[in-house]
Amino acid sequence: MINHTPVNAGHKTTIEISGLNFFYGNFQGLKHINLKIHEKKVTAFIGPSGCGKSTLLRTLNRMYDLYPGQRAEGKIMYNGRNILEPGQDVNMLRAKVGMVFQKPTPFPMTVYDNIAFGVRLYENLPKGEMDERVEWALNKAALWTEVKDKLHKSGLSLSGGQQQRLCIARGVAVKPDVLLLDEPTSALDPISTAKIEELISELKGDYTIAIVTHNMQQAARCSDYTAYMYLGELVEFGETDQIFMNPDKKETQDYITGRFG
Amino acid sequence: MMNPVYRRRLWVHRIGISLSFFAMIIGIGFLAWILIMLLIKGFGAVNLAMFTETTPGPGSTGGGLMNAIVGSLMMVGVGTLISTPIGILAGIYLAEYGEVSRFAQVTRFVTDIMLSAPSIVIGLFVYAIYVTNIHHFSGWAGSFAISLIAIPVIVRTTDNMLNLVPTSLREAAFALGAPRWKVATMVRLRAVKAGVMTGVLLAVARISGETAPLLFTAFGNQFFSANMNGAMANLPLVINQFAMSANDNWITLGWGAALLITFSVLALNILSRLLSTQKVPG
Repeated sequence: MINHTPVNAGHKTTIEISGLNFFYGNFQGLKHINLKIHEKKVTAFIGPSGCGKSTLLRTLNRMYDLYPGQRAEGKIMYNGRNILEPGQDVNMLRAKVGMVFQKPTPFPMTVYDNIAFGVRLYENLPKGEMDERVEWALNKAALWTEVKDKLHKSGLSLSGGQQQRLCIARGVAVKPDVLLLDEPTSALDPISTAKIEELISELKGDYTIAIVTHNMQQAARCSDYTAYMYLGELVEFGETDQIFMNPDKKETQDYITGRFG
Repeated sequence: MMNPVYRRRLWVHRIGISLSFFAMIIGIGFLAWILIMLLIKGFGAVNLAMFTETTPGPGSTGGGLMNAIVGSLMMVGVGTLISTPIGILAGIYLAEYGEVSRFAQVTRFVTDIMLSAPSIVIGLFVYAIYVTNIHHFSGWAGSFAISLIAIPVIVRTTDNMLNLVPTSLREAAFALGAPRWKVATMVRLRAVKAGVMTGVLLAVARISGETAPLLFTAFGNQFFSANMNGAMANLPLVINQFAMSANDNWITLGWGAALLITFSVLALNILSRLLSTQKVPG
Protein backbone atom coordinates (compact mmCIF):
# COMPACT_ATOMS: atom_id res chain seq x y z
CA MET A 1 0.00 0.00 0.00
CA ILE A 2 1.30 3.40 -0.95
CA ASN A 3 1.46 5.76 1.93
CA HIS A 4 0.17 9.17 0.97
CA THR A 5 0.33 10.63 4.43
CA PRO A 6 2.56 13.66 4.58
CA VAL A 7 5.79 13.56 6.50
CA ASN A 8 4.44 15.63 9.33
CA ALA A 9 1.47 13.25 9.83
CA GLY A 10 2.20 13.17 13.51
CA HIS A 11 1.36 16.83 13.69
CA LYS A 12 -1.97 16.69 11.93
CA THR A 13 -4.65 18.41 13.94
CA THR A 14 -7.77 16.48 14.89
CA ILE A 15 -9.46 19.11 16.98
CA GLU A 16 -8.79 22.81 16.85
CA ILE A 17 -10.14 24.93 19.66
CA SER A 18 -10.20 28.67 19.20
CA GLY A 19 -11.59 31.46 21.32
CA LEU A 20 -13.46 29.02 23.55
CA ASN A 21 -15.35 30.50 26.48
CA PHE A 22 -17.44 28.39 28.80
CA PHE A 23 -20.07 29.44 31.32
CA TYR A 24 -21.72 27.73 34.26
CA GLY A 25 -24.62 30.14 34.52
CA ASN A 26 -22.87 33.43 35.17
CA PHE A 27 -19.57 31.92 36.18
CA GLN A 28 -17.01 31.74 33.44
CA GLY A 29 -15.28 28.38 33.65
CA LEU A 30 -13.06 28.70 30.59
CA LYS A 31 -11.51 31.87 29.27
CA HIS A 32 -10.55 32.24 25.65
CA ILE A 33 -8.90 28.89 25.11
CA ASN A 34 -6.88 28.28 21.93
CA LEU A 35 -5.48 24.81 21.49
CA LYS A 36 -4.81 22.14 18.90
CA ILE A 37 -5.21 18.47 19.67
CA HIS A 38 -2.99 16.43 17.41
CA GLU A 39 -3.98 13.28 15.62
CA LYS A 40 -2.93 9.99 17.21
CA LYS A 41 -1.09 11.73 20.00
CA VAL A 42 -1.84 11.94 23.70
CA THR A 43 -2.61 15.41 24.98
CA ALA A 44 -2.62 15.80 28.76
CA PHE A 45 -4.46 18.53 30.67
CA ILE A 46 -2.95 19.33 34.04
CA GLY A 47 -3.61 21.97 36.65
CA PRO A 48 -5.00 22.41 40.14
CA SER A 49 -8.61 21.42 40.99
CA GLY A 50 -11.17 23.76 39.52
CA CYS A 51 -8.84 25.05 36.79
CA GLY A 52 -11.24 23.99 34.06
CA LYS A 53 -9.44 20.97 32.64
CA SER A 54 -12.42 18.64 33.01
CA THR A 55 -14.70 21.41 31.75
CA LEU A 56 -12.57 21.70 28.64
CA LEU A 57 -12.66 17.96 28.09
CA ARG A 58 -16.44 17.96 28.46
CA THR A 59 -16.86 20.57 25.74
CA LEU A 60 -15.19 18.25 23.24
CA ASN A 61 -18.12 15.80 23.27
CA ARG A 62 -20.62 18.44 24.34
CA MET A 63 -21.31 16.60 27.59
CA TYR A 64 -22.30 19.93 29.11
CA ASP A 65 -25.43 19.85 26.90
CA LEU A 66 -27.04 17.63 29.52
CA TYR A 67 -27.13 20.50 31.96
CA PRO A 68 -29.22 23.56 31.33
CA GLY A 69 -27.36 26.71 32.27
CA GLN A 70 -24.05 25.50 30.92
CA ARG A 71 -22.97 26.90 27.57
CA ALA A 72 -19.93 27.26 25.39
CA GLU A 73 -18.97 30.01 22.96
CA GLY A 74 -16.25 30.02 20.37
CA LYS A 75 -15.07 27.40 17.97
CA ILE A 76 -14.15 23.75 18.28
CA MET A 77 -13.34 22.54 14.79
CA TYR A 78 -13.58 18.80 14.28
CA ASN A 79 -13.88 17.13 10.87
CA GLY A 80 -14.21 20.48 9.18
CA ARG A 81 -17.06 21.84 11.25
CA ASN A 82 -17.64 23.73 14.45
CA ILE A 83 -19.19 21.21 16.83
CA LEU A 84 -20.54 23.97 19.04
CA GLU A 85 -22.99 25.01 16.34
CA PRO A 86 -26.62 24.17 17.07
CA GLY A 87 -26.91 21.99 13.95
CA GLN A 88 -24.38 19.46 15.26
CA ASP A 89 -25.90 16.04 15.98
CA VAL A 90 -24.53 15.42 19.48
CA ASN A 91 -25.19 11.69 19.42
CA MET A 92 -23.16 11.28 16.23
CA LEU A 93 -20.43 13.44 17.73
CA ARG A 94 -20.30 11.35 20.88
CA ALA A 95 -20.09 8.18 18.83
CA LYS A 96 -16.90 9.59 17.30
CA VAL A 97 -15.53 11.21 20.45
CA GLY A 98 -15.68 8.62 23.24
CA MET A 99 -15.19 9.30 26.93
CA VAL A 100 -13.98 7.40 29.99
CA PHE A 101 -14.73 8.79 33.42
CA GLN A 102 -13.01 9.11 36.75
CA LYS A 103 -14.99 6.38 38.44
CA PRO A 104 -15.52 3.15 36.53
CA THR A 105 -19.08 3.21 35.20
CA PRO A 106 -19.99 -0.27 33.98
CA PHE A 107 -23.64 -0.51 32.97
CA PRO A 108 -25.83 -2.84 35.03
CA MET A 109 -25.63 -5.62 32.46
CA THR A 110 -23.29 -8.43 31.43
CA VAL A 111 -19.68 -7.79 30.38
CA TYR A 112 -20.69 -8.71 26.83
CA ASP A 113 -23.69 -6.38 26.76
CA ASN A 114 -21.64 -3.56 28.23
CA ILE A 115 -19.58 -3.62 25.04
CA ALA A 116 -22.44 -4.48 22.68
CA PHE A 117 -24.68 -1.69 24.01
CA GLY A 118 -22.74 1.06 22.29
CA VAL A 119 -22.13 -0.93 19.11
CA ARG A 120 -25.84 -1.69 18.73
CA LEU A 121 -26.61 2.02 18.77
CA TYR A 122 -25.06 2.49 15.36
CA GLU A 123 -24.51 -0.89 13.79
CA ASN A 124 -26.71 -3.86 13.12
CA LEU A 125 -24.23 -6.69 13.42
CA PRO A 126 -25.08 -10.37 13.17
CA LYS A 127 -24.25 -12.40 16.26
CA GLY A 128 -20.96 -13.76 14.95
CA GLU A 129 -19.62 -10.32 14.02
CA MET A 130 -20.79 -8.87 17.31
CA ASP A 131 -18.91 -11.63 19.15
CA GLU A 132 -15.80 -10.74 17.17
CA ARG A 133 -16.23 -7.03 17.90
CA VAL A 134 -16.62 -7.69 21.62
CA GLU A 135 -13.49 -9.84 21.65
CA TRP A 136 -11.60 -7.26 19.58
CA ALA A 137 -12.57 -4.42 21.92
CA LEU A 138 -11.73 -6.40 25.05
CA ASN A 139 -8.38 -7.28 23.51
CA LYS A 140 -7.73 -3.63 22.72
CA ALA A 141 -8.34 -2.84 26.37
CA ALA A 142 -6.07 -5.70 27.49
CA LEU A 143 -8.96 -7.32 29.29
CA TRP A 144 -9.89 -10.30 27.10
CA THR A 145 -7.81 -12.95 28.82
CA GLU A 146 -9.15 -11.91 32.22
CA VAL A 147 -12.84 -11.87 31.32
CA LYS A 148 -13.25 -14.32 28.45
CA ASP A 149 -14.89 -16.80 30.83
CA LYS A 150 -17.00 -14.12 32.49
CA LEU A 151 -18.60 -12.54 29.42
CA HIS A 152 -22.07 -13.33 30.66
CA LYS A 153 -21.49 -12.25 34.23
CA SER A 154 -22.45 -8.78 35.39
CA GLY A 155 -19.98 -6.00 34.56
CA LEU A 156 -20.31 -4.95 38.18
CA SER A 157 -18.72 -8.21 39.34
CA LEU A 158 -15.30 -7.19 37.97
CA SER A 159 -12.61 -5.48 40.05
CA GLY A 160 -12.25 -1.70 39.89
CA GLY A 161 -9.32 -1.79 37.49
CA GLN A 162 -11.06 -4.34 35.29
CA GLN A 163 -14.22 -2.22 35.31
CA GLN A 164 -12.24 0.77 34.10
CA ARG A 165 -10.68 -1.25 31.30
CA LEU A 166 -14.18 -2.51 30.47
CA CYS A 167 -15.22 1.13 30.11
CA ILE A 168 -12.26 1.76 27.83
CA ALA A 169 -13.19 -1.32 25.79
CA ARG A 170 -16.73 -0.04 25.60
CA GLY A 171 -15.49 3.29 24.30
CA VAL A 172 -13.17 1.66 21.77
CA ALA A 173 -15.81 -0.82 20.54
CA VAL A 174 -17.81 1.86 18.71
CA LYS A 175 -14.62 2.75 16.77
CA PRO A 176 -14.32 6.41 17.65
CA ASP A 177 -11.59 8.80 16.41
CA VAL A 178 -10.98 10.45 19.74
CA LEU A 179 -10.92 9.16 23.31
CA LEU A 180 -11.40 11.58 26.17
CA LEU A 181 -10.11 10.27 29.49
CA ASP A 182 -11.22 12.23 32.54
CA GLU A 183 -8.84 11.25 35.35
CA PRO A 184 -9.19 7.60 34.38
CA THR A 185 -6.90 6.25 37.08
CA SER A 186 -7.64 8.43 40.07
CA ALA A 187 -9.90 5.79 41.64
CA LEU A 188 -7.54 2.90 40.94
CA ASP A 189 -4.66 1.17 42.71
CA PRO A 190 -1.08 1.52 41.37
CA ILE A 191 -1.08 -1.79 39.50
CA SER A 192 -4.33 -1.06 37.70
CA THR A 193 -3.04 2.45 37.03
CA ALA A 194 0.09 1.05 35.41
CA LYS A 195 -2.04 -1.20 33.22
CA ILE A 196 -4.22 1.69 32.08
CA GLU A 197 -1.16 3.84 31.33
CA GLU A 198 0.34 1.05 29.27
CA LEU A 199 -2.97 0.79 27.47
CA ILE A 200 -2.97 4.52 26.71
CA SER A 201 0.41 4.25 24.99
CA GLU A 202 -0.88 1.38 22.89
CA LEU A 203 -4.18 3.02 22.02
CA LYS A 204 -2.58 6.17 20.71
CA GLY A 205 -1.50 4.20 17.66
CA ASP A 206 -5.13 4.24 16.57
CA TYR A 207 -6.83 7.05 18.44
CA THR A 208 -6.36 10.66 19.31
CA ILE A 209 -6.36 10.83 23.08
CA ALA A 210 -7.02 13.69 25.48
CA ILE A 211 -6.46 12.95 29.15
CA VAL A 212 -7.15 14.99 32.26
CA THR A 213 -4.93 14.03 35.16
CA HIS A 214 -3.99 15.19 38.62
CA ASN A 215 -0.93 13.07 38.50
CA MET A 216 2.04 14.92 37.07
CA GLN A 217 4.11 11.78 36.58
CA GLN A 218 1.25 10.31 34.63
CA ALA A 219 1.16 13.29 32.31
CA ALA A 220 4.93 13.09 31.89
CA ARG A 221 4.87 9.33 31.27
CA CYS A 222 1.98 8.99 28.85
CA SER A 223 1.50 12.21 26.98
CA ASP A 224 3.07 13.78 23.91
CA TYR A 225 1.60 17.22 24.54
CA THR A 226 0.73 18.88 27.80
CA ALA A 227 -1.54 21.80 28.55
CA TYR A 228 -1.22 23.54 31.90
CA MET A 229 -4.37 25.32 32.98
CA TYR A 230 -5.11 27.65 35.83
CA LEU A 231 -8.35 29.46 36.77
CA GLY A 232 -10.02 28.71 33.47
CA GLU A 233 -7.11 29.86 31.38
CA LEU A 234 -4.65 27.94 29.32
CA VAL A 235 -1.32 29.03 30.78
CA GLU A 236 1.00 27.01 28.65
CA PHE A 237 0.75 24.39 25.97
CA GLY A 238 3.50 22.49 24.26
CA GLU A 239 5.31 19.22 23.86
CA THR A 240 5.37 17.32 27.12
CA ASP A 241 9.17 17.16 27.28
CA GLN A 242 9.45 20.88 26.86
CA ILE A 243 6.71 21.65 29.41
CA PHE A 244 8.27 19.41 32.02
CA MET A 245 11.97 20.13 31.36
CA ASN A 246 11.94 23.70 30.29
CA PRO A 247 8.61 25.49 30.65
CA ASP A 248 8.33 29.04 29.32
CA LYS A 249 6.28 30.33 32.19
CA LYS A 250 7.16 30.50 35.84
CA GLU A 251 3.63 29.43 36.92
CA THR A 252 3.98 26.21 34.98
CA GLN A 253 7.38 25.60 36.53
CA ASP A 254 5.99 26.19 40.04
CA TYR A 255 3.09 23.80 39.51
CA ILE A 256 5.18 21.07 37.99
CA THR A 257 7.83 21.20 40.68
CA GLY A 258 5.14 21.09 43.37
CA ARG A 259 5.75 24.56 44.73
CA PHE A 260 2.16 25.35 43.95
CA GLY A 261 -1.12 23.41 43.60
CA MET B 1 -11.78 10.13 83.53
CA MET B 2 -15.47 10.85 84.27
CA ASN B 3 -15.43 14.55 83.56
CA PRO B 4 -18.78 16.39 83.80
CA VAL B 5 -19.17 16.85 80.04
CA TYR B 6 -18.71 13.16 79.41
CA ARG B 7 -21.00 12.21 82.30
CA ARG B 8 -23.71 14.47 80.89
CA ARG B 9 -23.31 12.94 77.45
CA LEU B 10 -23.62 9.49 78.97
CA TRP B 11 -26.92 10.43 80.62
CA VAL B 12 -28.31 12.00 77.48
CA HIS B 13 -27.34 8.82 75.69
CA ARG B 14 -29.11 6.61 78.26
CA ILE B 15 -32.29 8.68 78.15
CA GLY B 16 -32.27 8.68 74.36
CA ILE B 17 -31.79 4.93 74.17
CA SER B 18 -34.56 4.32 76.73
CA LEU B 19 -37.02 6.54 74.87
CA SER B 20 -36.36 4.92 71.51
CA PHE B 21 -36.56 1.46 73.07
CA PHE B 22 -39.91 2.40 74.60
CA ALA B 23 -41.15 3.67 71.24
CA MET B 24 -40.03 0.46 69.59
CA ILE B 25 -41.91 -1.64 72.17
CA ILE B 26 -45.10 0.31 71.48
CA GLY B 27 -44.72 -0.14 67.73
CA ILE B 28 -43.82 -3.80 67.79
CA GLY B 29 -46.17 -4.54 70.69
CA PHE B 30 -49.25 -3.39 68.82
CA LEU B 31 -48.18 -5.14 65.65
CA ALA B 32 -47.67 -8.39 67.57
CA TRP B 33 -51.00 -7.94 69.34
CA ILE B 34 -52.82 -7.45 66.03
CA LEU B 35 -51.12 -10.47 64.48
CA ILE B 36 -51.75 -12.73 67.47
CA MET B 37 -55.39 -11.68 67.67
CA LEU B 38 -55.77 -12.30 63.95
CA LEU B 39 -54.18 -15.73 64.24
CA ILE B 40 -56.37 -16.76 67.17
CA LYS B 41 -59.64 -15.48 65.74
CA GLY B 42 -58.94 -16.08 62.08
CA PHE B 43 -57.42 -19.51 62.24
CA GLY B 44 -60.77 -21.02 63.16
CA ALA B 45 -62.10 -19.92 59.78
CA VAL B 46 -59.25 -21.39 57.78
CA ASN B 47 -60.35 -24.63 56.15
CA LEU B 48 -60.81 -25.96 52.67
CA ALA B 49 -64.32 -24.53 52.44
CA MET B 50 -62.91 -21.03 52.85
CA PHE B 51 -61.29 -21.36 49.43
CA THR B 52 -63.97 -23.42 47.68
CA GLU B 53 -67.31 -22.04 48.85
CA THR B 54 -68.88 -18.64 48.40
CA THR B 55 -69.91 -16.29 51.18
CA PRO B 56 -72.95 -17.62 53.08
CA GLY B 57 -76.23 -15.76 53.27
CA PRO B 58 -77.40 -14.18 56.52
CA GLY B 59 -78.28 -16.73 59.16
CA SER B 60 -76.90 -19.72 57.30
CA THR B 61 -73.91 -21.76 58.41
CA GLY B 62 -70.70 -22.82 56.69
CA GLY B 63 -69.63 -21.15 53.45
CA GLY B 64 -66.33 -19.62 52.48
CA LEU B 65 -64.68 -16.68 50.81
CA MET B 66 -64.05 -18.02 47.33
CA ASN B 67 -65.98 -15.27 45.54
CA ALA B 68 -64.22 -12.58 47.55
CA ILE B 69 -60.77 -14.10 47.01
CA VAL B 70 -61.30 -14.36 43.25
CA GLY B 71 -62.80 -10.86 43.10
CA SER B 72 -59.89 -9.37 45.05
CA LEU B 73 -57.31 -11.18 42.94
CA MET B 74 -58.93 -10.01 39.71
CA MET B 75 -59.37 -6.42 40.74
CA VAL B 76 -55.93 -6.10 42.33
CA GLY B 77 -54.47 -7.85 39.27
CA VAL B 78 -56.13 -5.47 36.82
CA GLY B 79 -55.36 -2.50 39.07
CA THR B 80 -51.68 -3.50 39.08
CA LEU B 81 -51.64 -3.96 35.31
CA ILE B 82 -53.07 -0.47 34.86
CA SER B 83 -50.94 1.31 37.42
CA THR B 84 -47.53 -0.29 36.86
CA PRO B 85 -46.81 0.97 33.33
CA ILE B 86 -48.35 4.38 33.99
CA GLY B 87 -46.54 4.73 37.30
CA ILE B 88 -43.14 3.66 35.98
CA LEU B 89 -43.37 5.81 32.84
CA ALA B 90 -44.45 8.84 34.85
CA GLY B 91 -41.62 8.17 37.31
CA ILE B 92 -39.13 8.08 34.44
CA TYR B 93 -40.53 11.33 33.10
CA LEU B 94 -40.16 13.02 36.49
CA ALA B 95 -36.63 11.76 36.99
CA GLU B 96 -35.53 12.76 33.48
CA TYR B 97 -37.26 16.12 33.20
CA GLY B 98 -38.17 16.87 36.80
CA GLU B 99 -35.43 19.44 37.36
CA VAL B 100 -36.14 21.70 34.45
CA SER B 101 -39.72 21.40 33.34
CA ARG B 102 -42.47 23.30 35.08
CA PHE B 103 -44.95 20.65 34.01
CA ALA B 104 -42.87 17.96 35.73
CA GLN B 105 -42.72 19.97 38.93
CA VAL B 106 -46.50 20.33 38.92
CA THR B 107 -46.86 16.60 38.23
CA ARG B 108 -44.62 15.77 41.17
CA PHE B 109 -46.61 18.09 43.43
CA VAL B 110 -49.93 16.58 42.35
CA THR B 111 -48.53 13.08 42.85
CA ASP B 112 -47.62 13.98 46.41
CA ILE B 113 -51.15 15.20 47.04
CA MET B 114 -52.56 12.01 45.51
CA LEU B 115 -50.36 9.97 47.85
CA SER B 116 -52.16 11.37 50.85
CA ALA B 117 -55.62 11.76 49.33
CA PRO B 118 -58.28 9.99 51.42
CA SER B 119 -59.10 6.78 49.57
CA ILE B 120 -62.84 7.27 49.99
CA VAL B 121 -62.56 10.43 47.91
CA ILE B 122 -60.99 8.41 45.14
CA GLY B 123 -63.81 5.86 45.43
CA LEU B 124 -66.40 8.63 45.20
CA PHE B 125 -64.59 10.13 42.22
CA VAL B 126 -64.74 6.89 40.24
CA TYR B 127 -68.35 6.47 41.35
CA ALA B 128 -69.23 9.91 40.06
CA ILE B 129 -67.47 9.73 36.72
CA TYR B 130 -67.91 6.04 35.89
CA VAL B 131 -70.45 4.12 37.96
CA THR B 132 -73.20 6.75 37.67
CA ASN B 133 -72.74 6.74 33.90
CA ILE B 134 -73.01 3.01 33.41
CA HIS B 135 -75.75 2.72 36.07
CA HIS B 136 -74.37 -0.37 37.78
CA PHE B 137 -71.48 -1.33 40.04
CA SER B 138 -68.51 -2.90 38.34
CA GLY B 139 -65.26 -4.70 38.98
CA TRP B 140 -63.61 -2.47 36.38
CA ALA B 141 -64.59 0.59 38.37
CA GLY B 142 -63.06 -1.04 41.46
CA SER B 143 -59.84 -1.69 39.54
CA PHE B 144 -59.69 1.91 38.30
CA ALA B 145 -60.23 3.24 41.79
CA ILE B 146 -57.45 1.16 43.35
CA SER B 147 -55.10 1.85 40.45
CA LEU B 148 -55.54 5.56 41.19
CA ILE B 149 -54.20 4.78 44.65
CA ALA B 150 -51.34 2.67 43.36
CA ILE B 151 -50.14 5.05 40.63
CA PRO B 152 -48.75 7.80 42.89
CA VAL B 153 -46.97 5.20 45.04
CA ILE B 154 -45.26 3.72 41.98
CA VAL B 155 -44.49 7.14 40.48
CA ARG B 156 -42.83 8.31 43.66
CA THR B 157 -40.72 5.20 44.25
CA THR B 158 -39.65 5.05 40.60
CA ASP B 159 -38.69 8.72 40.69
CA ASN B 160 -36.79 8.33 43.98
CA MET B 161 -35.03 5.18 42.85
CA LEU B 162 -33.95 6.66 39.51
CA ASN B 163 -32.50 9.64 41.32
CA LEU B 164 -30.21 7.26 43.22
CA VAL B 165 -28.46 6.34 39.97
CA PRO B 166 -25.12 8.16 39.90
CA THR B 167 -24.85 10.91 37.30
CA SER B 168 -21.63 9.35 36.07
CA LEU B 169 -23.50 6.26 34.90
CA ARG B 170 -25.93 8.35 32.86
CA GLU B 171 -23.12 10.45 31.45
CA ALA B 172 -21.25 7.29 30.46
CA ALA B 173 -24.25 6.14 28.45
CA PHE B 174 -24.69 9.56 26.86
CA ALA B 175 -20.97 9.60 26.07
CA LEU B 176 -21.48 6.62 23.77
CA GLY B 177 -23.99 8.62 21.80
CA ALA B 178 -27.06 6.89 23.21
CA PRO B 179 -30.34 8.77 22.82
CA ARG B 180 -32.08 9.90 25.96
CA TRP B 181 -34.83 7.28 26.01
CA LYS B 182 -32.29 4.48 25.76
CA VAL B 183 -30.21 5.94 28.57
CA ALA B 184 -33.36 6.27 30.68
CA THR B 185 -34.67 2.77 30.12
CA MET B 186 -31.69 0.56 29.29
CA VAL B 187 -29.21 2.01 31.75
CA ARG B 188 -30.86 4.14 34.39
CA LEU B 189 -34.04 2.15 34.98
CA ARG B 190 -32.12 -1.09 34.70
CA ALA B 191 -29.70 -0.04 37.41
CA VAL B 192 -32.53 0.24 39.94
CA LYS B 193 -35.03 -2.29 38.64
CA ALA B 194 -35.04 -4.13 41.97
CA GLY B 195 -35.98 -0.92 43.76
CA VAL B 196 -38.70 -0.12 41.26
CA MET B 197 -40.09 -3.65 41.60
CA THR B 198 -40.14 -3.11 45.35
CA GLY B 199 -42.23 -0.01 44.82
CA VAL B 200 -44.68 -1.93 42.65
CA LEU B 201 -44.97 -4.70 45.24
CA LEU B 202 -45.58 -2.22 48.03
CA ALA B 203 -48.26 -0.56 45.92
CA VAL B 204 -49.88 -3.96 45.35
CA ALA B 205 -49.76 -4.58 49.08
CA ARG B 206 -51.33 -1.21 49.69
CA ILE B 207 -54.21 -1.66 47.26
CA SER B 208 -55.02 -5.22 48.29
CA GLY B 209 -56.19 -3.93 51.65
CA GLU B 210 -58.07 -0.87 50.40
CA THR B 211 -61.75 -0.90 51.32
CA ALA B 212 -63.14 2.57 50.77
CA PRO B 213 -62.45 2.86 47.02
CA LEU B 214 -64.29 -0.42 46.43
CA LEU B 215 -67.36 0.57 48.44
CA PHE B 216 -68.98 2.64 45.69
CA THR B 217 -67.38 0.89 42.75
CA ALA B 218 -67.15 -2.90 43.00
CA PHE B 219 -69.76 -2.80 45.76
CA GLY B 220 -69.43 -6.46 46.72
CA ASN B 221 -71.35 -9.53 45.69
CA GLN B 222 -72.67 -12.35 47.78
CA PHE B 223 -72.38 -14.77 44.90
CA PHE B 224 -69.53 -15.92 42.76
CA SER B 225 -68.92 -13.68 39.76
CA ALA B 226 -65.90 -13.39 37.52
CA ASN B 227 -67.61 -10.73 35.46
CA MET B 228 -65.56 -7.56 35.79
CA ASN B 229 -68.46 -5.57 34.39
CA GLY B 230 -70.74 -6.31 37.32
CA ALA B 231 -70.71 -6.01 41.09
CA MET B 232 -67.83 -8.01 42.49
CA ALA B 233 -67.07 -9.55 45.85
CA ASN B 234 -63.74 -8.69 47.49
CA LEU B 235 -62.01 -9.40 50.77
CA PRO B 236 -61.87 -5.92 52.33
CA LEU B 237 -65.58 -5.35 51.87
CA VAL B 238 -66.38 -8.81 53.22
CA ILE B 239 -64.44 -7.92 56.36
CA ASN B 240 -66.28 -4.63 56.59
CA GLN B 241 -69.68 -6.25 56.18
CA PHE B 242 -69.13 -9.43 58.20
CA ALA B 243 -67.25 -7.97 61.14
CA MET B 244 -70.09 -5.57 61.86
CA SER B 245 -72.76 -8.27 61.74
CA ALA B 246 -74.25 -10.11 64.72
CA ASN B 247 -73.83 -13.45 63.03
CA ASP B 248 -71.08 -15.60 64.56
CA ASN B 249 -70.47 -17.49 61.35
CA TRP B 250 -70.00 -14.23 59.46
CA ILE B 251 -67.75 -12.80 62.14
CA THR B 252 -65.51 -15.85 62.00
CA LEU B 253 -65.31 -15.63 58.22
CA GLY B 254 -64.53 -11.92 58.54
CA TRP B 255 -61.55 -12.76 60.72
CA GLY B 256 -60.51 -15.38 58.20
CA ALA B 257 -60.59 -12.78 55.43
CA ALA B 258 -58.56 -10.38 57.57
CA LEU B 259 -55.99 -13.09 58.21
CA LEU B 260 -55.77 -13.84 54.51
CA ILE B 261 -55.21 -10.20 53.52
CA THR B 262 -52.71 -9.60 56.29
CA PHE B 263 -50.63 -12.59 55.34
CA SER B 264 -50.70 -11.71 51.64
CA VAL B 265 -49.55 -8.18 52.46
CA LEU B 266 -46.89 -9.55 54.80
CA ALA B 267 -45.69 -11.89 52.06
CA LEU B 268 -45.53 -9.01 49.56
CA ASN B 269 -43.58 -6.89 52.03
CA ILE B 270 -41.09 -9.66 52.74
CA LEU B 271 -40.68 -10.25 49.01
CA SER B 272 -40.03 -6.55 48.41
CA ARG B 273 -37.51 -6.56 51.27
CA LEU B 274 -35.65 -9.42 49.65
CA LEU B 275 -35.63 -7.57 46.34
CA SER B 276 -34.47 -4.28 47.80
CA THR B 277 -31.44 -5.80 49.51
CA GLN B 278 -29.89 -5.95 46.05
CA LYS B 279 -27.36 -3.18 45.82
CA VAL B 280 -27.68 -0.01 43.81
CA PRO B 281 -24.60 0.26 41.61
CA GLY B 282 -22.39 3.21 42.24
